[in-house]
Amino acid sequence: MSAASGAKVVPLAPQSAMAPAHARLRGVTRVFDLPKSTLHALGPVDLDLAKGEFFSVVGPSGCGKSTLLDILAGLSAPQSGTAEFEGKPIQGVPDGVGVVFQEDASFPWLNVRDNVAFGLRRAGVDPAEINRRVDYAVGFMGLKDFAASYPAQLSGGMRQRVCIARTLVMQPRLILLDEPFGALDQQTRLLMGDELLRLWRETSATILLITHALDEAAMLSDRVGVMSTRPGTFIDFVETGWEKDRDSRVVSTPHFGDITARLWEKLRVEALKIMSAGKG
Amino acid sequence: MPRSAGTLIVLLAIIGLWQGLHLLVGASSLASPVQTVSKLASLLATGEFWLNISETMRAFVAAFAISLFGGIALGIVLGVRKLAGNVAEPILTTLYSIPKVVLYPLVLLCFGLGISAKIAFGVMHGLIPITLFSMNAIRQMKPVYRRTSQVMRLTPSQNAFTVIMPAILPEIISCVRLGFSLTLLGVLIGEMFASQRGLGFLLTSAINIGQIDTIMAIALLLTVFAVTCNILMMRFDRRLTHR
Amino acid sequence: MSEKLLRVIVVVAMILLVELLCRVGVIPRMVMIAPSDMVVELGKILASGQFSADIRITFTNIAISTVLSILVGFVAGVIIYSLPSLRDAIEPLLASYYAVPTFVFYPIFITLFGVGSASIIAIAVLLAVVSMVTATLNGLDRIPRVLRKTGQIYRMSRIKTALLIELPAATPYLFTGVKLSVAYSFIGVIASEFILSGAGIGYAIAYAYNLFENGHMYALMLLVLIVVTVVNTLLNIVDRRLQMRRQR
Repeated sequence: MSAASGAKVVPLAPQSAMAPAHARLRGVTRVFDLPKSTLHALGPVDLDLAKGEFFSVVGPSGCGKSTLLDILAGLSAPQSGTAEFEGKPIQGVPDGVGVVFQEDASFPWLNVRDNVAFGLRRAGVDPAEINRRVDYAVGFMGLKDFAASYPAQLSGGMRQRVCIARTLVMQPRLILLDEPFGALDQQTRLLMGDELLRLWRETSATILLITHALDEAAMLSDRVGVMSTRPGTFIDFVETGWEKDRDSRVVSTPHFGDITARLWEKLRVEALKIMSAGKG
Repeated sequence: MPRSAGTLIVLLAIIGLWQGLHLLVGASSLASPVQTVSKLASLLATGEFWLNISETMRAFVAAFAISLFGGIALGIVLGVRKLAGNVAEPILTTLYSIPKVVLYPLVLLCFGLGISAKIAFGVMHGLIPITLFSMNAIRQMKPVYRRTSQVMRLTPSQNAFTVIMPAILPEIISCVRLGFSLTLLGVLIGEMFASQRGLGFLLTSAINIGQIDTIMAIALLLTVFAVTCNILMMRFDRRLTHR
Repeated sequence: MSEKLLRVIVVVAMILLVELLCRVGVIPRMVMIAPSDMVVELGKILASGQFSADIRITFTNIAISTVLSILVGFVAGVIIYSLPSLRDAIEPLLASYYAVPTFVFYPIFITLFGVGSASIIAIAVLLAVVSMVTATLNGLDRIPRVLRKTGQIYRMSRIKTALLIELPAATPYLFTGVKLSVAYSFIGVIASEFILSGAGIGYAIAYAYNLFENGHMYALMLLVLIVVTVVNTLLNIVDRRLQMRRQR
């Protein structure tokens, strides 16, 4: 663990890439045309994600965090600026990107095993390989005893594990998570955070996690980006300096407190703006 | 099972009420349960009755098939194409709330008296509700499914067959149940005043000569048929869904 | 372009198309008269008042059936809701109710009450009442428990809770039942008049049809269409207001 001297501060400019960035956003903005107005939802945003980095985004509600994720996932295109993944412009959903959504996306008409195998089957992967990968993912996410159960029989946390397992089997190189634990209680969240770290170490994927929970971001990430209110831009990047083999017990260290304090320092101002504006 | 017992009691109560009413108003106004059942039994023994049944069934099956496939297809298109759906929905609901009898003369003038008119009546009753229900089934599908299928980079047909259809299946089955009843009703009403054959026609003839036991026998047959099919579909629905 | 505008354009375009097809003769006059002629005919019969009695009878019957179905349906719904064992017993039957072609019972009512308003109202109520019962049950089900608890915290009497908390909370769902009752009453009354009756708009349409008086027939059909559209639009406006309350 780093000395309790406070989190390292990096300048507002994105990291200059010595190694090429895994994903890169430059001057990205996103505007929505509504019947009576235009909504400037996001931007301009500059972001470099290093390969294998665990990066979290925190920001007040409505700041455009989900829009940012949509752009990185290729679900949505920016109005201006460039978005690149592995050196190539993002057009449509790129190969090698996985997404875990906030809502439960498990298919209620399939059991756990079939849910996890779904993407592989559609992609036409060899059945033996499918079984191998599904067995692994199901075991890894602790779902072995529930492989034949249906999502309706599982708790919210278990269902999210199914969604994560389903993403895991596709062997993504970039995993995007949009407040995946938002619907879960705090204790389950902390444990799921540990699961996520395990997943990250195992797959060596680059992870971008969107969360409104400061402690989650502080505990899990290598680096946290703080977004402003709408239109969201990054107003701070905080490096946590954790070791790679961390888990949720870092919450008891003083360093953790420093990081959360730093995050809240900038975020509080933004969050107050939302509160005084009425419904976000 | 206590639940079925309760329902059985209610049914018996209804039959009891029926018998009571019969005793009150006399056999010429209302046949008793026993009289109705025996009349039905004797009707079912005649070949002619079965001819009428098959006539009604032929029209019904055709009308149901058209309403079902046409309605689901149209509903899915309107559900997926949001603008078209939003524009069409109030038009369809208003069209449907016009008492369809009012349009019957128009149908007769177009199709003449015959089985195609009956099928048209059936479709008039069944098509729009099935369309609206299917459209709503698509609209109410969790948006996260669509996004999941995008992220998994499914082709449009994979999306339609492996995600959309299983997701809306329960709603579609309710839709089928509803369409069944409405289409049957449409075909029967069509027969009641615009046909020379079929159960509806028999009903009208019986009305004209005041044969109350025949009237009630046919009503009973249709009720039992409709309710049985409905219960079977509900059972099927429950077995099919794991939610 | 807004949806409303688009919708109006679509409807107007369809009417114009039909008008064109009628004028050109693709749709023969024997089958259907042109929409513009329908309007003219409607003007004539309204002015001459020859169907005023029928119109009055029909709308009176519809109003009575609607009110009866709503009241009976609501009361029955409340009773069924408060007796869970009764509800368990009845619910399978309610679920199958609309599977039954209710119209087949019309002849039975005629035998009991004769040909006239009583039978017509009876069948219309029979058709409409269950939708109100179902909507009432649904509405009462959906009152969040937390609202009732709030009433208890305020130490409100049972009746006050029912009137000031439960009723407003259930109203959007109850209104769905009201809409359906209106729709079914329209259908029930006019269809019955059409099939077998001596008076009313439905009867007048059937009569005109039998005498090949297309002018009168279509004028009356247009009248029903207009009234139904207006009533529906009004009900939908109220419905939308109520639905906005449901947003969370």
